[in-house]
Amino acid sequence: MSAQAVAGIVRAGGMRQRVLRVLLFAVLCLFCLYYLAPLFVMITTSLKPLAEIRSGSLISLPKQVTFDAWGKAWSTACVGVRCNGLKPYVLNSVMMVVPAVLISTFLGAINGYALTKWRFRGADTIFAMMLFGAFIPFQVVLLPMARVLGVLGLAGSVYGLILVHTVYGLAFTTLFFRNFFIGVSDGIIRAAMIDGAGFFGIFFRIVVPMAPPAIVVTVIWQFTQIWNDFLFGIAFTVGDSNPVTVALNNVVNTSTGVKEYNVDMAAAIIAAIPTLLIYLVAGRYFVRGLAAGAVKG
Amino acid sequence: MVQPMKRRPTTVDRFLDRWLPQIVVSPLFAMSLFFVYGFIVWTVYISFTRSSVLPSYALDGLSQYVRLWATPRWYVALTNLFIFSSLFIICCTAIGILLAILLDQRIRIEGAIRTIYLYPMALSFIVTGTAWKWILNPGLGIEHLMQQLGYENFHFDWLVNPDMAIYTIVIAGVWQSSGYAMALFLAGLRSVDDEVLKAAAIDGAGPIRTYVSIILPMMRPVFMSTFIILAHLAIKSFDLVMALTGGGPGYATDMPATFMYSFAFQRSELGTAAASAVMMLVTILAIIVPYLYSELREKNR
Repeated sequence: MSAQAVAGIVRAGGMRQRVLRVLLFAVLCLFCLYYLAPLFVMITTSLKPLAEIRSGSLISLPKQVTFDAWGKAWSTACVGVRCNGLKPYVLNSVMMVVPAVLISTFLGAINGYALTKWRFRGADTIFAMMLFGAFIPFQVVLLPMARVLGVLGLAGSVYGLILVHTVYGLAFTTLFFRNFFIGVSDGIIRAAMIDGAGFFGIFFRIVVPMAPPAIVVTVIWQFTQIWNDFLFGIAFTVGDSNPVTVALNNVVNTSTGVKEYNVDMAAAIIAAIPTLLIYLVAGRYFVRGLAAGAVKG
Repeated sequence: MVQPMKRRPTTVDRFLDRWLPQIVVSPLFAMSLFFVYGFIVWTVYISFTRSSVLPSYALDGLSQYVRLWATPRWYVALTNLFIFSSLFIICCTAIGILLAILLDQRIRIEGAIRTIYLYPMALSFIVTGTAWKWILNPGLGIEHLMQQLGYENFHFDWLVNPDMAIYTIVIAGVWQSSGYAMALFLAGLRSVDDEVLKAAAIDGAGPIRTYVSIILPMMRPVFMSTFIILAHLAIKSFDLVMALTGGGPGYATDMPATFMYSFAFQRSELGTAAASAVMMLVTILAIIVPYLYSELREKNR
């Protein structure tokens, strides 16, 4: 933020500077168009009837707005051979994402707290070893995970996905909370210890009430990651238990019948709405998560 | 002696006081040992066996690796990974640094612009892929649009052209991730010390010189970490390929991640799939380990 205080390096004033300034805005706006164009095309396409898509232009506004495609994408579009729309799969995603986010966030919080505030011997090594899980390409765990889920009787179920996302989210959630708790003064913890508070007492009565910023960042990060996941979804679930990303991919690639681009676009927007909303409401925390989740300890 | 507890601590209490943190951490650590390290060991082991539909545990030396490197499709995947990741990293870095510098000029609506540049990162790659699949659709997408605008001979069939399809993945990937690069660079620019800027201004350095010869060289660590993040994204890219081209036409846009998935779950050649997964892991380690090592050394200095 401090650079804001110092004048930007291109200063206003003078004819030449003003031209530069206009140019600057022109370029920035051009890029805004670049990033917004696909979203614009998706929304307008989803509101057009199919005939207008065929005859009309990619970037024109719909002449007659219809929500038919949205209704179809929600409740009757065909995902593979079943034609119940995206609704059941959105429910699957919700049933998967809520417990997975809550459990992995809770475990990450208590793990980060134990590793920073009760610095027992080997705590740093344990953290470094657990962090490694955040870097691996998940292809390297797909095969054994499929077998373990089979043994546990969780293959092809939403519960299996909850387990998978909890396990592999733990590295990130621990990282977020560890980075946060490192900044919390040890004095408070020590004072509480002298007052006779124990491990859990300090955690629930002192540490958790201080941690809402870290909790928000972690929950948003985990929610976005898990909701948007495709690899685990397609590898470990079948048909009825698919999360919405897999279902969306199946809707788009269902080759039977007429290709309904408006339904595809409506389905894509439905799958995107939860994470987009979170981004718009809590973008600041989302960006903080991106910066922290960026591959660094 | 001060006795803070009202009741006399039993041995169990004292044991818990001493060991509770370890007791809480150890199951989580055990989970990580099992699901990360154990699974990696299992996959590496399987890659040295003759496993196909079912895993077999009789060691068979390097035969799976020999097979892997004799598979033309694996070379297609590697070539694609090389094309995709170099273009993806170069374009994202270029756009990212340009936008970050422009946004750093005291723009009044910076917050709004930043929100627009970064929103694709909130989308699933499947959503991005679906959108771009429609936009690049030969027939009704950009091709149709350009023809309506009067360019009758405009042809754009990259999505279904085996030689060009990989570039459509670059287009969509850059659209999604360049805003992320911008955010990383902007944070880097903001952390440059004001004193340095003032000194440069006093020395009479113009804006372009200030950036090229002072600020950008100072941001080397940011360039480094952005490179690592983008390379990591590129090597893991799976969703975008599946949504945009499904690896096709044929297997023209296969990448190591889709190759692995296809061999593991569609063709049931577990050994070869495991070998390709191990190759991916090794590639990522080759990039990340030196980076983490230098980071740690810098911190200890």
